[in-house]
Amino acid sequence: MTFNGLTRRSILAGGAAMAAGGSDLLGFAKAWAQASPFKPEAGAKLSLLRWKRFVAAEDDAFVATLDAFTKATGVTVTVSNESYEDVQPKASVAANTGQGPDIIWGLHSLAHLFPAKLVDMSDLCDYLGKKYGGWVPLAEAYGKSGGKWICIPIGTSGAMINYRKSSVEKAGFKEFPADTAGFLELCKALKANGTPAGFPFGHASGDANSFVHWLLWSHGGYLVDKNDKVIINSPETVKALEYAKALYDTFIPGTVSWNDASNNKAFLAGELHLTANGISIYVAAKNDKKDFADDIHHGYYPVGPVGKPQELHLCYPAMIFNYTKFPNASKALLAFMLEKEQYSKWLSGAQGYLTHLLNAYDSDPVWTDDPKRTVFRESSKRSLPASGIGKIGEAAASALADFLVVDMFANYVTGREDIKGAIASTERLAKRIYR
Amino acid sequence: MSEQALPMARQRLAIAEPTAWERLVTNRNWLGFWFMMPAAAILILFLAYPLFLGVWLSFTDTRIGRDGVFIGLENYEWLSDDSIFLQSIFNTVLYTTVASIVKFALGLYLALLLNERVPFKAIVRSIVLIPFIVPTVLSALAFWWIYDTQFSIISWSLKQLGLLDTNIDFLGNPFNARVSVIIANIWRGVPFVAITLLAGLQTVSPSLYEAATLDGATRWQIFRYITYPLLTPIIAVVMTFSVLFTFTDFQLIWVLTRGGPVNATHLMATLSYQRAILGGRLGEGAAIATSMIPFLVVAIMVSFYGLQKRKWQQGENND
Repeated sequence: MTFNGLTRRSILAGGAAMAAGGSDLLGFAKAWAQASPFKPEAGAKLSLLRWKRFVAAEDDAFVATLDAFTKATGVTVTVSNESYEDVQPKASVAANTGQGPDIIWGLHSLAHLFPAKLVDMSDLCDYLGKKYGGWVPLAEAYGKSGGKWICIPIGTSGAMINYRKSSVEKAGFKEFPADTAGFLELCKALKANGTPAGFPFGHASGDANSFVHWLLWSHGGYLVDKNDKVIINSPETVKALEYAKALYDTFIPGTVSWNDASNNKAFLAGELHLTANGISIYVAAKNDKKDFADDIHHGYYPVGPVGKPQELHLCYPAMIFNYTKFPNASKALLAFMLEKEQYSKWLSGAQGYLTHLLNAYDSDPVWTDDPKRTVFRESSKRSLPASGIGKIGEAAASALADFLVVDMFANYVTGREDIKGAIASTERLAKRIYR
Repeated sequence: MSEQALPMARQRLAIAEPTAWERLVTNRNWLGFWFMMPAAAILILFLAYPLFLGVWLSFTDTRIGRDGVFIGLENYEWLSDDSIFLQSIFNTVLYTTVASIVKFALGLYLALLLNERVPFKAIVRSIVLIPFIVPTVLSALAFWWIYDTQFSIISWSLKQLGLLDTNIDFLGNPFNARVSVIIANIWRGVPFVAITLLAGLQTVSPSLYEAATLDGATRWQIFRYITYPLLTPIIAVVMTFSVLFTFTDFQLIWVLTRGGPVNATHLMATLSYQRAILGGRLGEGAAIATSMIPFLVVAIMVSFYGLQKRKWQQGENND
């Protein structure tokens, strides 16, 4: 799925952008290139690997940005796309072999798998932070290792509650419940009405991890404490598992086998009335069936016994590998991407699929143009890092990739193991990863 | 060269002592060595070295992006007590055994059918090959839709016929999921077995059948005492390959279930990938992959030597 930055696609997209005020993007780009503190090396050529877009308009805006960058600085950028689960293996191989794309735009704690192989980006991140109202805590958590920035969190893809307003009202709820107890009641009522909820317990890297970590964290259970000591065997985890079992009994059948696409399909087909997902279901519905889209509403994951939001959303950081010949050009590109003139267009292209991590973008019109997007503005602020309260690093990334928490919940809710067994086997795996 | 110069040159050749280098390039024994070199180099570079490296990695705690240190058998000790790994061995053996037996039975049946006089022989034979031609990932995606929990065509048809009220949970229930992935693998593997056995069947001389028929042999006797014995060398080769392909299957499982539900369909290959590449623990993943080797060797032994002890397999002529 490789395409050059200047192929048919980008020319089409670039052409469209040109027609619709793209020329001021170019104008800005030229002025920016003069003023920017990050000067590309002469004759620099960059290659960038990114996760494959979910919303076409986001990619178009991305390509238009790269196009303007190339025109203003003369630096060509070759982009390749990879399904977001395949970015990590590629990045790992690149880090291991010391060759590959100059910039990789991946997800979660990817940068922390090989912090020593990355370019220090503190100057870039400080520059952007000062200019745009500071970074949210999640950005600092993901971005920094040993006091310096090793990656730049570009956006967060929020997994928020998606529900059918009519079904929730029919179940007797005027407002979407804000706590876990009310949420369970709602799911029971939805099942009774034949309009069930469903969340994945399968190996769905994005959706399942986001869901089960909310289950665990909102009940105060964590895989490890802040010193990376494994603390999964706790009364809080037991409560989370019991709650999950009660929820699972109300779900549409088959969620144990769901992957990341399954809930989108079932929701759009009208079989599923409550799930958690990015805004892509709503965006897809808005394009095809207007009435259906009007019925889709978004909400926050309910707050559990711990009394504050404990969610996990997908963060996408970009990193520069230190084997690159063009570190300055790479920094210049990333700085350019996050400047208001591009970033704002990009956010609106993503239609809520991507949430900023720089505070100044809270007031961006993308969040108010369509009120159904407003919920997604908070994605970066409501999310813990993928490591929970533990240290971000290769152990946390490994535990996530190995579906430790997903399997623990799936083991128990499907009745394959009892509570003690499910926790014990997870504890054993976790102790190995965190040794 | 002029005619006069030629004898001169011959003379010089006869007189000059061949140097060590000249002997090295002209000596017949050394020549054999030189001719063998490219093949040996390719084998060492692309087969022996990666295999050795994989085995070596399994004795280290290497993670992606960081070199490991030698830790001896620690990975294996850990795995021997890991319920997911043990389950993946069980799954792999079950998957390979059931799928291979069914593929062999169906393949042989198909081959025998296709060997008869059927109308549109060539077309029918090419149609049989289709599952094998379709890229595995594509057929896996098709099966993914067929087995979908909400949109399965099978569930839908049965519901329309009034035979079912609810969807079949193909991939959500461990038993169903195992059956489903095995069926998908069989669908994909049967053509290879069938077409190869068909090729074997066609090498059987018709005169043997004629003679047997004249002697009053029944069709079963013809199959048992003529077709089957003559087919066994092909069966041995086909089954060896079939078992190898099945044992190391990855794409089908990865697309359909990712090893789920709750690891009920995790094969050793998929678990190795998940831990080594996605989880970043190369050493542990390599240990899982290395653990496949003894199973593969046994599988090859069984299907290659167990099925048939013929002299050609020991490098002698068949008589």
